[in-house]
Amino acid sequence: MISKRIIPCLDVRDGRVVKGVNFEGLRDVNSPVELAKYYSSCGADELVFYDITASSDGRKIFTDILKETASQVFIPLTVGGGISSLDDFDRVLKCGADKVSVNSGAIRNPSLIGEAAKRYGDQCVVLSVDVKRVNGEFRVFAKGGREDTGIEAIEWIRRCVGDGAGELVLNSIDTDGVKKGFDLEMLAAACEVVSVPVIASGGAGCMQDFIDLFKALPKVDAGLAASIFHFGEVEISELKKLMAANGIPARL
Amino acid sequence: MIAIIDYGVGNLFSLSSSLKAIGAEAVVTRDEALIRAADKIILPGVGAFRDAAAKLAETGMDKVVKDEAASGKPLLGICLGMQMLFEKSYEYGEYQGLGLLKGEIVPMEGVVPKDLKLPQMGWNALDLIQPDHPLFKNIKGGDYVYFVHSYYAAGCEDSLIASTEYGVPITAAVAKDNVWGTQFHPEKSGTVGLNILRAFAEA
Repeated sequence: MISKRIIPCLDVRDGRVVKGVNFEGLRDVNSPVELAKYYSSCGADELVFYDITASSDGRKIFTDILKETASQVFIPLTVGGGISSLDDFDRVLKCGADKVSVNSGAIRNPSLIGEAAKRYGDQCVVLSVDVKRVNGEFRVFAKGGREDTGIEAIEWIRRCVGDGAGELVLNSIDTDGVKKGFDLEMLAAACEVVSVPVIASGGAGCMQDFIDLFKALPKVDAGLAASIFHFGEVEISELKKLMAANGIPARL
Repeated sequence: MIAIIDYGVGNLFSLSSSLKAIGAEAVVTRDEALIRAADKIILPGVGAFRDAAAKLAETGMDKVVKDEAASGKPLLGICLGMQMLFEKSYEYGEYQGLGLLKGEIVPMEGVVPKDLKLPQMGWNALDLIQPDHPLFKNIKGGDYVYFVHSYYAAGCEDSLIASTEYGVPITAAVAKDNVWGTQFHPEKSGTVGLNILRAFAEA
């Protein structure tokens, strides 16, 4: 049976991993390449690289880093951040990305997902959405979660998947950083309307949060997190063992 | 030297990097002379069968691959490259494959249980039907590999060497004489995947 995936997310600015990392035995803890290799050796099932640079120089450094990582790490790589055109897809796919995640770019250009899916295949296009509760409804937020777009999230997700997004990363702004567990209510609402893989993001604080996620929502395929992995609060190899012990299919 | 057939389908960066990582000499090429001089051939591929088959024919690579396979040269098809080794595919129509293996490519929809998602995307475990096949000399049954596909090879009992459980057994690897193929992506399957590529490189 297909395993549930555990995915660390690396935010990269000017070629360095930000949000600080804290690993003993890693030569350069802020090197995306070193960190990617480390996670791959611990059993990470996939890696997400998020480009948070704004300058074109930064973009160039990012793709160089991506290329270097892809030449040394042989698990699936998803790239996001600043993807707003087919040229952006092309740029990162050529450097070894397997999937490309689109967030604000799809809001600015609603035809992007459909065009990208047609050119590269659905499996290559990941819809990433930052969602927050506003007046009792789920709203899509843009610009890294700072701007309320007024768009109702569940309908947005349904539409983008209909256009060809082959996977969904749902990041709950409400639970992000709180470390009290994933947003099960929001995830359940999204799982209702899509049949593509769903990746839960935002809120994981400990190993048990992943167990609760996969037990409560069998339709969720993967759990994504950043700082709890970077700071060693959750060891991926230990998490995988705990998942297996709980009857959750895990790649050990 | 391993020739990775370049016929304009998909990104070959990870594949050539992974071969480099195991110390195998590989070139990405559509140069007929180079392919004929190579010790082994890898036929990669992602996307839709129709487009890939058309491009393989346009570049003349279909004939080269068939000739070389007939001469006994080791050939490994990966993902869509594996699917093209078969007689035909029913993806968005009916299209001819290379016909090097007996069987056809059919949709998983209607075959796998309804509650399972398509494409099958992620890591799944290998059930080795022929554990002694040289492709598996560095791995064991139950090892996980990375799949992304919505179609699979059916009617290929005579070449089936591994399957994976996705509600029902799904063809994961095939081999007949010098013609081998994997539905999964060894170049994205971590250490297990590298071990599979190493086995091919050493075959």
